[in-house]
Formats: sequence, C-alpha cells, structure tokens
Amino acid sequence: MSPVPERSAGTGLSHPLVERLRAAAPILTVPVLMLLALPATGDPSAWVTLTLAGLAMGMMIFVMASGLTLVFGLMDVLNFGHGAFVSIGAFVGASVMLWLSGLLDPGGVTLHLAAILPAMIAAMVVTGALGVGFEKIIIRPVYGQHLKQILITMGGLIVAEQLIYVFWGPDEIPLPRPDALRGALVFGDVAVEKYRLFAVVLGLAIFLAMHLLLARTKIGLLIRAGVENGEMVEALGYRIKRLFVGVFVVGSALAGLGGVMWGLYQEVITAQMGMEIMVLVFIVVIIGGLGSVEGCFLGALLVGLMANYTGFLVPKLALGSNIFLMVLILMWRPQGLIPVAKR
Amino acid sequence: MVRWLLSGDYPRGLALNLGIAAIVLALLFAPFLFPGTRALNTAATICIFIVLVASYDLLLGYTGIVSFAHTMFYGIGAYGVAILLQRYGASWGAVFAGLGFGLAVSVLLAFVIGLFSLRVKAIFFAMVTLAVASAFAILASQLSGLTGGEDGLTYRVPRMLTPAFRLMDEQLLGVTMNGRIIAYYLVFVVSAVAFLVMMRIVNSPFGRVLASIRENAFRAEALGVRTVVYRSLASCLAAGFATLAGALMALWLRYTGPDVTLSFTIMVDILLMVVIGGMGTMYGAIVGAAAFILAQNYLKDLMGHMAEATAGIPVLPDLLHPDRWLLWLGLLFILSVYFFPTGIVGRLRKSRQA
Repeated sequence: MSPVPERSAGTGLSHPLVERLRAAAPILTVPVLMLLALPATGDPSAWVTLTLAGLAMGMMIFVMASGLTLVFGLMDVLNFGHGAFVSIGAFVGASVMLWLSGLLDPGGVTLHLAAILPAMIAAMVVTGALGVGFEKIIIRPVYGQHLKQILITMGGLIVAEQLIYVFWGPDEIPLPRPDALRGALVFGDVAVEKYRLFAVVLGLAIFLAMHLLLARTKIGLLIRAGVENGEMVEALGYRIKRLFVGVFVVGSALAGLGGVMWGLYQEVITAQMGMEIMVLVFIVVIIGGLGSVEGCFLGALLVGLMANYTGFLVPKLALGSNIFLMVLILMWRPQGLIPVAKR
Repeated sequence: MVRWLLSGDYPRGLALNLGIAAIVLALLFAPFLFPGTRALNTAATICIFIVLVASYDLLLGYTGIVSFAHTMFYGIGAYGVAILLQRYGASWGAVFAGLGFGLAVSVLLAFVIGLFSLRVKAIFFAMVTLAVASAFAILASQLSGLTGGEDGLTYRVPRMLTPAFRLMDEQLLGVTMNGRIIAYYLVFVVSAVAFLVMMRIVNSPFGRVLASIRENAFRAEALGVRTVVYRSLASCLAAGFATLAGALMALWLRYTGPDVTLSFTIMVDILLMVVIGGMGTMYGAIVGAAAFILAQNYLKDLMGHMAEATAGIPVLPDLLHPDRWLLWLGLLFILSVYFFPTGIVGRLRKSRQA
C-alpha cells in the first residue's frame, strides 16, 4: 500500500491552480460553451439573444427537472410520470389564467398580467396535491424495484394524459401572453425578450431558494444526508419516508410551475407537452448526475444553451445536439457532471 | 416435431393451450374465416405486432432491460424498405436490400447505445433510449427529402403482393385469391418463423443467461458472466427482430410515416401488450398483441355505443368516449403491473399449478 494520497501521485503537475480548475471544471462548462458559441454565431447581438433564450429555456427545464433528480437521489425512485405533473400544471394554470383574465379584463384578447401569479400558485397547489396521491398509490408499492417503477410510472403518465383529454378536451389551448410580457427591451442593437428575462429571474430565484434550503436549513441537511446515506439518517431517528413524501410533493409542485412557465413560453399547451419535455428533462438529469441539484442546474443551462445555439446555427440538429452533448459528457464523466456520493 | 418447433417450451395450462391454438388458427385461416379488408388488416397487424412485442419481451421480460427505443428500430426497418422501394421501384431486390440495410443500421445503433448506457447503470438505459428515440423521430420527420417528412412515403410493392395480381381465376372458399392474400401469408409465415426463432433463443443456454441477469445481475457477474456483453447482445437481437417487423409492416401497409412507425404512442402500445400479455413468456406476446389490437380496433366501437347510452350523465360520456380507450388500458396496465406481474399468460399458468 502506498502511503502517498492518490491525488498527488501521477503527474507532478498538481499545482493548486490546476487542482482548483479541476474542481471547478463542471461549473466552467457553461461559460466555455457560451464563449465557444460567440465566434460561431459571429454576431454579438444575435449571441446575446441566443444566450438569453438558452438561459431562459435552461431555467425552465431546471424548474421541472429539479424535483425529479431529488426524488431519485433520496429514494432511488425514477418517476417517468413526472411529465404528467408538467402537463397537469400547465392545464390547471391555463384554466385559472383564462378564467381570471375573463373576470379582470372582459373582452381582452390576451391574458391579464395579474392572473399569472394566482395561476402559478393554483398549478403548484394542484400538482402538489396530486403528488401526494401519486406517491401513495403509484410509487409506494414499488419501492426498490426499478423495473416496476419505470413501468408503473409510465402507466401513470398514460392515464394522466388521457384524463387531461377527458377534462379539457383533445384540442390544444392557446395562451396569449399579457402585453407586459410580450416584445423585447432594446439596448442598442441588442434585443432582450421580456418573457425570457422573466423566466431567467424566476428560475434563478427558485434555484437560489432551493440552494439555501438545502445548504442552510435542517431539512436541507437531512435531505442531503438522505441522498448520501438514507439508512443512516433513519438510524439516527428521522423518518426519511415522510421527508421523501415532502420532497416528492415539492418536486411535483415545481413541475407544475414549470408547466405553466413553459406553456406561457410556447403560448400554447397540449396534453403531450409533459412527455415531450421529459426527454429534455432526462437528458438534463443524466448530464447533471442523478440526484444532484447543482448538477441538474448546470445540465439544464447547458441543454438550454446548446438547443438555442444549434437551433440558430444548424436548425436540423437541435435535439440531436443535446444527445451529442449527453454522450460527450458521459464519456468525460460517466456519473454526470456532479456525481452524488452514494454509499 | 411440435416439441422441436416450440423448443420444448409449451404454453402449459389447458386454457392457455386452447387460447394460443385458437389465436394461431384464427390467424392462419384469417382470410377465409373473416373476409373483408378491415379484418385482414387487423390479422396482419396482429402477426407483425406479435414479432415486435416478442422481440421487446426478449429485452424487458427475459433480460430485464427497459428500452424506449424499440419503435426506432421498428421504424428503421419500415423506412429501409420504404425508401428503397420508392427509389428503385417495386422489386424484391429493393425489399431485401432495404431489409438488409435496415438490419445493419439497427444493430449498429443498438450496439452503440448499449455501449454507452448499459455499462453505467441499467436505469440510464431507459432514459438514454427515450432521448435517442425521440431525437430519431424528429430527425426522420426533418429529413423530408429522404423520408417524406410528416407525410411519410407511399410506394408500390412487388406486383405479386398487390390486389391486381390474381393467383387463380376461380374463388377459393368464396375468397378471391389476389395478391393481398399472398401478402398476408408472407407476413404470417415470416412472423411465425421469427417467433419460433425467438422461442429457440430464449430457451437456449444464451436465453438462460439472459434470465439469470434479469434475476440477479450481480450474481451472474460473480459467476463469470460478462453481463454487459450479454445485455448488449440481447439489445442487438431485439433490435434486429424489431427491424424485421418494421419491414413487414412497410410491405403490408404500402405506406410508411412517422405516425405508424416512430411515434411514442406505438412504444406505449408495445409496453402495454408485453405487460398485459405477460412479461418473460414468449406466448405473452401472442396473447397481448391479439387482445390489444382487437381492443384497439373493436373496443372503440363498443365504447362509442356506451358513450351514446350514457349521454345524459355529466363526465361519464367523456370517460367512455371512443378516443379514451387508452385510459382504460392504462389503468389495466397499472393494475396488471401490481397484481399480475406475469400478465395473462403467467396468471393462467399459475392457476394450473395451484
């Protein structure tokens, strides 16, 4: 046995700066991707627009994906039905928005600005409540059985999608954004779309809130400990199952919120939107490292940026580029950008 | 002879024997028993889906891998045949070239996906395949020069398989012996052979190794089985059979488009058929595919009548709307994962043993 620690073995290059760079490598991927895209797009104002669009998309995906990754980390549950909460949140939010806008501004063509916040809250409440039921009925009986989890949550997704058709009809619902969130702020020759700015701010706020909750509170400590070693947390007398239900509910509510944000972004909602977004969400969760919130955030930004840059440069490869990104990152770090230490 | 054909793996159980026999006989004599285009179409779809579902069962039921890219391989087979038939005219050469090309692409793709995702964690595979399959579906609809985009491809098949071709002038048992009958029997025979080959595979030592990986991958590894190699092989094999099914579908439908080959709905259908029929039993594919496709084609009619009958009650007619049949099958799916994890076939077998 060599007494030399593994790190300083090997090359003699372990300069403190190199070490710090290596530790920061996952975080650096985002600015590196942005810088690489600058010469590729060739036009700084287009680059700003694309970068903001990418960040906005990334934030929205993060809002939807964060719950999934925590649920997996904490309880080893992979919820394929997560997309159902996105769709349901979007539909509940849309109903509330259309109803409130009708009350506040009869005869208006677009949604009313004041209707958005109540709609988001309503969507989160409904999807959170559904999360309680989903966890009890669908997920609890299949703890620890990955195969059955995948199958049964998939079944839940199918049923949820069909129920949306039952209650809201088979047609897609248009969601015209309020005028205040339409159009762009123009600085010189750089146009910054308002809604994207709004999405970035909201997403960043959620990330910061989540980060503070996880890093600074006792519940956050327990969640992080549970992700790392659930049995030990239980042995210390905490009811990890209850914690898990809480995380599941919050994750579902965030998915619902993400659904509303995404619906307003696209200005139209369909019952299959959850399933479509799940593809991106899975890529994000894999890139970030299953169970890691920070990784999920980085992954979401990478995916959002990549999708927008390639959408501009080579439109035909927009989704393919994300697969490529995933393969690249898995080759570099098979466990994702920020792997979670599991027992 | 029968034993050799079925590789010694009988359905087991009286009800199951009779049921399987009834389905197979009905399919064998379908053109004579159930005249009409719609019935023949249903029968051919069942044959093709039996192969598709059985090949998926090879992955899910026998090896314990969840893949969401199965329709991608199915689509590759269909598009391979479709593109070559459209480009180079209706010849058998184009059909076989398309099939061969499709098989090569599928197996290679399955191998690459397996290489990347089967090593890391089995659960990655489900997510990676989902992502790759959806990217492929989008790619197929965007490369409209090659694939016809959203509209798909319509093409002519070899003349022997068209309704204009007459095998004999007289009718046989009241059925005109035209090229569609030949096409149906081509589908039937190829499907039957593919199914029996898969039976042979799962009952070979190779199949036992797959099952051992499903039961306990860690232990299999400890016994010296290179699980990654076997998982990748199973995934390539399943991809190959799915490609074959796709090629048959392309020949039968004379049309290939994203909705009939690549859509996620079909993936969900396959999943439902495997689970409801019975995972890990090849016969589950027969029962599942037959039950599901019959339901798909005829349950809608029934639900339409029920919706009309309940027209006065609030939510009920919406729940019974013919387009909502997937809702009921979805519920059935969840219930069967809970209570009958081995599906209809496993259930019938168990009741015999008890």
